[in-house]
Amino acid sequence: MMDKNYWITEEPIDPADCIGKVTRNEAGAVNTFIGTVREFTKGKRTLFLEYQAYVPMAEKKLAQIGSEIQEKWGNADIAIVHRIGRLEITDIAVAIAVSTPHRADAFDASRYAIERIKEIVPIWKKEHWEDGTKWIGDQKENTSYDAKIPSEEEMRDD
Amino acid sequence: MINVLFFAELQESAGRDKVTVEADGVSVSELKSRLSSTYELNNLDYAMIAVNEEYSQEDTVVKSGDVVAFIPPVSGG
Repeated sequence: MMDKNYWITEEPIDPADCIGKVTRNEAGAVNTFIGTVREFTKGKRTLFLEYQAYVPMAEKKLAQIGSEIQEKWGNADIAIVHRIGRLEITDIAVAIAVSTPHRADAFDASRYAIERIKEIVPIWKKEHWEDGTKWIGDQKENTSYDAKIPSEEEMRDD
Repeated sequence: MINVLFFAELQESAGRDKVTVEADGVSVSELKSRLSSTYELNNLDYAMIAVNEEYSQEDTVVKSGDVVAFIPPVSGG
């Protein structure tokens, strides 16, 4: 575990590391989001995933998401870790913890964090199936990259 | 010299994760077209561009020492 709140790791993730970083006296809620590797997507079996990141920029963009949350919700502490390398089914790919004085903000802010990760953080996953592999691109499918810089408005619909 | 980074599918298409090019004072879009032809990358247009770890526009002019990263649509989480 690193001495920072936003980091990329090649090691298995322990969500307690994120929770510990945001636990504080002012908080009445700590909400966590844990993203895991799913075996079946639309009936197709995933054998394992491979994640790659542009590590220094990815950590900066995770920190940017934290700043955006603090601007939107005020009193919030955030910690986010994303794993790279080979991940097996059920492994944790990402963990987010947000603490706020009241629960509604913690729920909303952690949802915001995962949606923003899928928009602006330079991390990619490669699906390994029984019959091939593919780097997965834009999962939102409702976004134009014409502007080349994703905006805050580009939140996912699902 | 400009350091250029490729990731994910672009890295596989280019057959390498980074290249160094002489492109001082050149715009990102010009750099992109040069790289597209040199490495036969027909999917560069789908990539966002980061200069020194910040998303940048096509008209950004790069200078020696800059790191330009081509960022295909991301799929973290």
